[in-house]
Amino acid sequence: MTEIIQKVKNLSIGFKSKKGEEILILRNISTNIKKGETVGIVGESGSGKSTLALAMMGYVKHGLYTIGGECEFNSSNLLKMKNRDLEKIRGRKIAMIPQNAGQALTPNLKIGYQIDEALQLHSDLKEEEREKKISELLNKVRLPSPETIALRYPHELSGGQQQRVAVAMALAGTPDLLLLDEPTTGLDVTTQAHVLELLNFIAKDTGTSMVYVSHDLGAIAQVSDRIIVMYSGEIVLEGPSRDILKKPIHPYTYGLLKSIPKLSLAGLPQSMPGSQPQPGTMYRGCSFFDRCDFSEEKCKNNSPKLEYLEDLNTSVRCFNYKSLVNDSQVNQTVNKIKTSLQDKEILSLSEVSISYAKQKLLDQVLNRISDDNPTVKDININIKKGETIALVGESGSGKSTILKSIAGLLRTKGGIIKFDQNRNLSSDLKERDPNDLRIIQLIFQNPDESLNPNHTVEEIIAQPLKLYFGLKSDELKKNIIDLLQKVRLGEFYMSRYPRQLSGGEKQRVAVARAFAAKPDIILCDEVTSALDVSVQAAVLNLLQQLKEDFGTTYIFVSHDLAVVRAISDRVAVLYQGRLCEVGPSKDVYQFPSHPYTEVLLGAVLEPDPDIKPKLVAEDIVEEKPPQKGCSFQGRCSRILGDICKSEVPPWQITNSGNSIRCHIPLKELQKDQIN
Amino acid sequence: MKLDNIYQEEKKSNFAKVSEIIITMASRPSGFIGLSILIFHVILAFISPYIAPYDFKAINPTLMLQAPSAEYWFGTDDLGRDVFTRTILGGRTALTITFFGSLIALLWGGLLGIFCGLVGGKTDDIVMRIVDAFLSIPWILAMLLIVSLLGTSTEVLIPALGFFYGKGIVRVARAATHDVIAKDFIVSARARGHSNFSIIWFEIIPNVRDAILVEGAMRWSWMLLGFSSLSFLGFGVSPPTPDWGLMISNARGLMSFAYWSVIAPIVGLSSLIIGINLTADAFAKALGIDRSTKAPV
Repeated sequence: MTEIIQKVKNLSIGFKSKKGEEILILRNISTNIKKGETVGIVGESGSGKSTLALAMMGYVKHGLYTIGGECEFNSSNLLKMKNRDLEKIRGRKIAMIPQNAGQALTPNLKIGYQIDEALQLHSDLKEEEREKKISELLNKVRLPSPETIALRYPHELSGGQQQRVAVAMALAGTPDLLLLDEPTTGLDVTTQAHVLELLNFIAKDTGTSMVYVSHDLGAIAQVSDRIIVMYSGEIVLEGPSRDILKKPIHPYTYGLLKSIPKLSLAGLPQSMPGSQPQPGTMYRGCSFFDRCDFSEEKCKNNSPKLEYLEDLNTSVRCFNYKSLVNDSQVNQTVNKIKTSLQDKEILSLSEVSISYAKQKLLDQVLNRISDDNPTVKDININIKKGETIALVGESGSGKSTILKSIAGLLRTKGGIIKFDQNRNLSSDLKERDPNDLRIIQLIFQNPDESLNPNHTVEEIIAQPLKLYFGLKSDELKKNIIDLLQKVRLGEFYMSRYPRQLSGGEKQRVAVARAFAAKPDIILCDEVTSALDVSVQAAVLNLLQQLKEDFGTTYIFVSHDLAVVRAISDRVAVLYQGRLCEVGPSKDVYQFPSHPYTEVLLGAVLEPDPDIKPKLVAEDIVEEKPPQKGCSFQGRCSRILGDICKSEVPPWQITNSGNSIRCHIPLKELQKDQIN
Repeated sequence: MKLDNIYQEEKKSNFAKVSEIIITMASRPSGFIGLSILIFHVILAFISPYIAPYDFKAINPTLMLQAPSAEYWFGTDDLGRDVFTRTILGGRTALTITFFGSLIALLWGGLLGIFCGLVGGKTDDIVMRIVDAFLSIPWILAMLLIVSLLGTSTEVLIPALGFFYGKGIVRVARAATHDVIAKDFIVSARARGHSNFSIIWFEIIPNVRDAILVEGAMRWSWMLLGFSSLSFLGFGVSPPTPDWGLMISNARGLMSFAYWSVIAPIVGLSSLIIGINLTADAFAKALGIDRSTKAPV
């Protein structure tokens, strides 16, 4: 049996509410971390996963306190230790890698200096040895030319590089246990895949135990040996990674896996009803009771115990796990999306280009934009009525920029945006008449920011109704109730403030507000990326339902290719503000693809230990689009030579009507990619 | 759904909100002390004319510079007037003028700051440079100029003080607005085509109101000090109306042998300023604006 390095015993952490009640964030958690093992802790926001990870290094957030239990490391309880003693363990024995490395690194110190500082604190190396060790560490995290990186400041590195530096710093003390709190969440898909691969390599290379905290089952699946699933402050399922992902025997995990959209399946996944209970609201019974498909009468009043099943090497907290043991292959069924495509074009962009460059005085005076290499260029898309078109790409690909110009929030440099074939839409709000503003509505990524915290739900939804239709009193109220019902929220939500709603409910209110204007086009900017997985599917299903009812056209911006696959009719892939590939979604997801699409598809993480991401290209970040030639020339692994650098590639059309902008002939592309 | 049971917090009436804030303020020792001092001064300002034991302008040469006694609690001044009477009456003018002065400062400073924060660009640049220019003028010199040109009547002092103390609020309101306008709900309101006025009124003000109110409360105490300085220099309240600044100015030469005539107004003035400051602090904490009370992580 391998050595246990961290033992968590009956740990409960909570806080006192204003009324003096004790509210538990973690409820009686017990688990062991073995040497050399990678454990994934997965759960929705508010499930207590980060609190657990922090407790493992003896840290309890301000305002919270330990109610009972212990975290034992080297046979001493970290939660009872003095700060002075903890200092000797943190960094040296247990290291932490934060979610946002950009914020964790000191902005005014050079990378090398910061790693040196960590080495001074956590190792006994002499100065010359430290210098060597710095390059060694930077080499280990696969940063190109460590000597130059060490002399840079954090802001001079890309997000992925910053995260690598954070990994290097954590490794400085050669820790026995690495805690990773959502280390790849803020990164681009391709970077994420690269960082995960690096972490896997380090785990094998150094034999360090890792605790990987994430909400993303896809990422967890790639790194973990064992998975702990948390729900509402409790462990509900714990076992070997493969078994949990392939045959989940807890209804929550089962439902969660069913609600994740997959690349291989077009259509919307089934959603789980409801949301996780708030801390302090569960007094008796199973915390998953009201969302469970397998619940019985006894689940309502009795809390199930965490039961260890020897034959499966799995612990589960459910009365009815047996019904899942026999038949728990996740047979994902999807609701096929109905296309309500009409032949009429509703919006067309032709030759649209947008520039962020600062304008010279002369240009300001002449009120023109001059920039020979604009951020977004040559965008030609015709969108049909009732269509869902998705713009995909990594950060910096210009997808949100295009959305802003369509909404009239950002002036274009050139090109025409036409509505309904004949009406020109200005990209400046002030030049649009109220009706032009009404027909296009926006839904934002983060409902916390898109809803005014000082307005009730009623006031939020009333705004467009008052503005566009001048509704008053009774009629206004009737309309609001109507809209709330359409987004599956009850009338009693009217008097609530956004802070009293869960993430999914907030996003529904935002959807209701967009639909209140009776728009023809809705621009969805990463609408599901701030939501929990189990809620994401529900919001996607709602959007699809509303689209079928109202015949709305969606322009959907996302970095998540699986979500795009689930909801869209057509996909446009963007790199550096230039279109790479446009086509019906089923064809974009098949070969031949533009080399960039191939990179994106390869990097998608699926919650399946058997599907490994394919890392086709380096995850370099380019600051600016190239002046000439193909936009993807800097990262393309199939680059042909000078032609890619000097000439803009032509559009090639595949048999299925998919347009690819590449110099490589389609047949060759297909042959290469299938191999 | 289960969640319904815990979120019973309904939309509260404004009265309920205000009383909740006051209760939170008073539950902290510093807030309780501040509020008590402030309320004491306000009540005193209302009732002092009725409880004053003597006539504040009755000069009596035979009673010059009497030490505190059972008859004259705080003693008498160089003209034989009762210091206790003059002290309890001395805060009235200052309190009234600076209260209305702060309201004016809040109004123009707050609205201009929000407007600049929202529109940005050239308008913002120009307005802020003008505000900066005014900030660089020593306010007391400018006040002296205004007062000597237009006189020391209340109608002059209130807007003048309001103007000079509002400049700082412009900056605070603008900064608070910048925090808010980056949020998507402002973008969303803009994209819907709401007017600037309705964006300011419905979207921005509810979110910056608290920060501006706290700033205004702080300005009130500064303005009180400023107004007393004017009186001290002889440009505020004209004698024989009792006023703390004026009283300190008159009695300062006698400090070595008749300390009581200067200590009483000093205690009056400083306790009021401390009271307002503590109240403003507690107000900020009760609203959750003061970051020092939040968790470090």
